[in-house]
Amino acid sequence: MKLNRLNQERWHKFKANRRGYWSLWLFLSLFIVSLLAEVIANDKPLLVRFQSEFYFPFLVEYAETEFGGEFEMEADYRDEFVRELITEKGWILEAPIPFSYTTINHDLPSPAPSPPSDVNWLGTDDKGRDVVARLIYGFRISVLFGLFLTFFSSIIGIAAGAVQGYYGGRIDILGQRFIEVWSGMPTLFLLIILSSVVQPNFWWLLGITLLFGWMALVGVVRAEFLRGRNFAYVLAAKALGVGDRQIMFRHILPNAMVASVTFLPFILGGSITTLTSLDFLGFGLPVGSPSLGELLAQGKANLQAPWLGISAFFILASMLSLLVFIGEAVRDAFDPRKSY
Amino acid sequence: MSEYLLEVKDLKKHFAIFGGIFLRQIATVFALDGISFGVKQGETVGLVGESGCGKTTLGRTLLRLYNPTAGEIHFKGQDITSISQSSLQNTRREMQMIFQDPYESLNSRHTVRQILEEPFLIHQIGTTLERKKRIDHLLEVVGLPASAKDRYPHEFSGGQRQRIGIARAIALDPQLVVCDEPVSALDVSIQSQILNLLLELQERLGLTYIFIAHDLSVVKHISDRIIVMYLGHIVEMIKSTSIVENPLHPYTQALVSAIPIADPTVRKEKIILQGDVPSPIKPPRGCRFHTRCIYVQDICRTQFPELKNYSETEEHRVACHFAGELGRH
Repeated sequence: MKLNRLNQERWHKFKANRRGYWSLWLFLSLFIVSLLAEVIANDKPLLVRFQSEFYFPFLVEYAETEFGGEFEMEADYRDEFVRELITEKGWILEAPIPFSYTTINHDLPSPAPSPPSDVNWLGTDDKGRDVVARLIYGFRISVLFGLFLTFFSSIIGIAAGAVQGYYGGRIDILGQRFIEVWSGMPTLFLLIILSSVVQPNFWWLLGITLLFGWMALVGVVRAEFLRGRNFAYVLAAKALGVGDRQIMFRHILPNAMVASVTFLPFILGGSITTLTSLDFLGFGLPVGSPSLGELLAQGKANLQAPWLGISAFFILASMLSLLVFIGEAVRDAFDPRKSY
Repeated sequence: MSEYLLEVKDLKKHFAIFGGIFLRQIATVFALDGISFGVKQGETVGLVGESGCGKTTLGRTLLRLYNPTAGEIHFKGQDITSISQSSLQNTRREMQMIFQDPYESLNSRHTVRQILEEPFLIHQIGTTLERKKRIDHLLEVVGLPASAKDRYPHEFSGGQRQRIGIARAIALDPQLVVCDEPVSALDVSIQSQILNLLLELQERLGLTYIFIAHDLSVVKHISDRIIVMYLGHIVEMIKSTSIVENPLHPYTQALVSAIPIADPTVRKEKIILQGDVPSPIKPPRGCRFHTRCIYVQDICRTQFPELKNYSETEEHRVACHFAGELGRH
């Protein structure tokens, strides 16, 4: 992608902010690692060599009978019996963390939640599930949720702000009053009520939070369009016969993008926090999903097991801090007062 | 078809001011309050007046950037007063505008190429190659190097930027160009260059200009006829050759007396107008100028003077009850 000179300059300024720059790379690598969660933390082996043939259990379901077992259901690779069957005629390559987020470790040395050990590096939660595995999957789902929410709420917010600001007058007034009423709703309670009516899954939850979360950008975008629609170059475009939609996209939106892009990392952080707080209260993702909020709630319920709360807190705090650092660097990079 | 390229009849543009909880209309700005004039093919009509007299509004209303409140605008015999923006599209090619501030009228995020290509894209003219040629040609015509294409507006000086604005305005071969104070934001040394460019283009392309300015000496230099505006009305319409010798309206006389003469030995009595332009929200009754006129009579306070012709040989319209009877300066 070829950047124009202005954006090149911004990228240089962003890079010059070492903290933000490294935060971006750290966050991106954490996110990419978490996207590969199935390869890193899985109770199914990555690769099995059995009778001179390769099997990929983490991708494909193999019945136990394929390895000479007795049941026609999927092989349980954590079962000693199955492991022996396979290792007799081949070998097993395990994932670095041999637990998925749902895997229950039945051989715990102490009652769950059990403390950190060689097997469970950060201990287990109160259902005997590995904390590291749950953190990796939880990080992924949080960030994905945040990204989706940020993406959709930005699109809706920018569109609403653009239409209000550009056309002004009655549309603007009605839109603003509607947003005032809408943002005055007790969001958390409505979310709780709605999520008790429907059984929320990832997309439901996204929809519900989007319903009340799209207003973040309306203000700045609207202001930018109110200002921009009277610029001489917008009038010039009108005089040339450029249509409304093209004026909005080609001529005014780029001005509004600076303010919007500056907001994005903070909106992302806010979205992640929203999901975490809903999960913490128990109105978020369905039971069993890996979630940082649920882990925090467990930490609160099991104060004798500090590894739960501390791990969840540490991951959440570092994720949000990284986003804030990135956001600050982006804000400075886009600041026009620093560029000339 | 009439003799005029552009003809305006009793044009009004009122801006409503909304306020209060229920956003009712609480006041009206009478920016244009009954403007009638015609512009012939190939001539230059100057529009002068103080800030706030409605000259910019008039320019923008003529191009339908603002929708007129009342009256008629005819362009090449076609009534364009209230046709939709889409049916206006063809007319847009034939009437263009040059803006006052070359720093604001160019989108700073677009290169010169993008700025000059937009008119062709919008009106679907030419292939990529043809458009490229025409952009090169445009730059040459306005006196900019072809290397300017890939640069951004902020890399140019004010005068050069105004040249880009002019190139954009003439890109579609318009017949009428409304120049909204095209030189008042420029250095004096640059002003004459741009004025000469405009005159040269007029000759070359057969353009018709409506030239808006507050500087009477500039308007006098470039125009064939001059329209003097005051508070949304035309007060005088006069040939530019006779404006210095024979201004009939007291407001025009005051403007003319303010033209500096490049001769320090000449002592000239200046008419200093008292007070400010009244608010266009509450224009005075009768003659709009009566609050500042030194010859004001009772009739001026109550009766609105019509724009009447005062010359047998040429068009010289004045809106004053005492036109021709007042003292000269």
